[in-house]
Amino acid sequence: MRDALLTVRDFSVTYDVDPPVEAVKDVTLELRRGEILGLAGESGCGKTTLAYGLQRLLKAPAVITGGSVVFHDRSGEDVDVARLDAEQMRRFRWDKISMVFQGAMNALNPVAPIGAQLEDVFEVHRPGMSRAERREAAAELLDIVKVGRQRLRSFPHELSGGMRQRVMIAMALALRPQLMVMDEPTTALDVLVQREILRQISQLRHEFGFTVVFITHDLPLLLEISDRIAIMRAGEIVELDTAERIWTNPQDEYTKTLLSSFPRLTGDRGVVVR
Amino acid sequence: MTVLEFDRVTKTYSVRGAGQIKALDDVTFTLRSGQTIGLVGQSGSGKSTIARILTQLETPTSGQVRLDGQPIPRHGAGLRAYRQQLRMVFQDPFASLNPYHSIRYHLERPLRLDAVVPKAGLDDEVRRLLERVRLEPDAVIDRRPHELSGGQRQRVAIARALASRPRLLVADEPVSMLDVSIRLGVLNLLADLGREEGLGVLYITHDLATARHFSDEIIVLNQGRIVESGPADDVILRPQDPYTRQLRAASPDPEKHFASASGAHGGAL
Repeated sequence: MRDALLTVRDFSVTYDVDPPVEAVKDVTLELRRGEILGLAGESGCGKTTLAYGLQRLLKAPAVITGGSVVFHDRSGEDVDVARLDAEQMRRFRWDKISMVFQGAMNALNPVAPIGAQLEDVFEVHRPGMSRAERREAAAELLDIVKVGRQRLRSFPHELSGGMRQRVMIAMALALRPQLMVMDEPTTALDVLVQREILRQISQLRHEFGFTVVFITHDLPLLLEISDRIAIMRAGEIVELDTAERIWTNPQDEYTKTLLSSFPRLTGDRGVVVR
Repeated sequence: MTVLEFDRVTKTYSVRGAGQIKALDDVTFTLRSGQTIGLVGQSGSGKSTIARILTQLETPTSGQVRLDGQPIPRHGAGLRAYRQQLRMVFQDPFASLNPYHSIRYHLERPLRLDAVVPKAGLDDEVRRLLERVRLEPDAVIDRRPHELSGGQRQRVAIARALASRPRLLVADEPVSMLDVSIRLGVLNLLADLGREEGLGVLYITHDLATARHFSDEIIVLNQGRIVESGPADDVILRPQDPYTRQLRAASPDPEKHFASASGAHGGAL
């Protein structure tokens, strides 16, 4: 099988409120280089907390209470994420792991042109680049995601939802990360636009070879796009298997419940369950 | 029996710089009591314009909308009586209930305003409404919205819509903000109520799979025009219009994916 990109062991996160909430409990998983791992579960199951926790993006009252996250860099070096100091962590984020946030359409700065926002990424992470180089890199990114460089000076409100989402993907792609975490990236879009974006993610993945963690509650969608799927419930991964086996032979009762929550599009009338 | 008729309804908006935009173009359909119609189409197709016309937030540029054969009154007591006949269930159960008030207040208010039952009968009627939406009256009646789950809140919103004994429910994406495992329960409830009470239900959604599941008929809108309509299974399983086919092809369908991909991954993308 392909080699590992990220090894997560007994990872736990607690929200230190009264009473404390164990949002992620002893999660162990290995992410393989180049795969799409789908992370499915309902609101409050801990899927977003897990994704944020992997990059130490959580804010108080969330506390990482245990476990380890090791990133196996392309260079052969192993990075223990918990041991990075603040400056190392800042460099690590976006460079190695980037993120397309939930509600990304609204994550752009409304009062800055999208070109400038893309250039910011290079200004912070690639201080050696000249102004002209940054501008060209931003233009190239917009071309890659098929928004087009003529939009460099557009403001977010001048773009459609789908285009804004592409800009967010361009931003996540900027430093050619090895892992892209996508948290509900298409939930707010309608089906036709969603399908275009998914196609694009798939193409970019082939072209740039990054690994994807795709978080959503839309299990039918995950079944189509993922190599493997992790089903989360109440902070735990209850089942982790290939998309095909989750579909043909789910083991966990909760996986079956989730599958049976979706009516079938085609075939006999009824829910998605076998 | 026909409850609602859209008779060649057109709605045009004037947009500065872009001239006239036809949000609805010659839309004609009828909805019978006890029938559920799924209204599907992508953003901007005109689904919400239909809801806005029904609620009288907009008036048609031409054509006529009739409820029980009568044109929608524009104002006064007639409009109020009309609104009693048509009720909405909104997308966001967190925003559509008032956080300051108890569930009892939410359900008593339409009962009082429309004088559905005498004052002495209010408590009984509120309990009856809660039972109809499969909520345990004693468990929720004196609670406030934040103490209930999303699914329970949406059931309260449905009970509130039913309070004035309407003929027609307009449900605009009623489950898209709910957790996936409780969506079917809420949709089943709407479908059952429609049948049991002889309500007409207009289910507005972009989700083809649930539209197929819960509608007797489906209407597909594209750029303000009806491009296809008919029995739900016909429209989804044997779509005639290219736009409907496009929508269907874009919707996730694991069944087809695993049948055609047979292991070759990413084939459906």
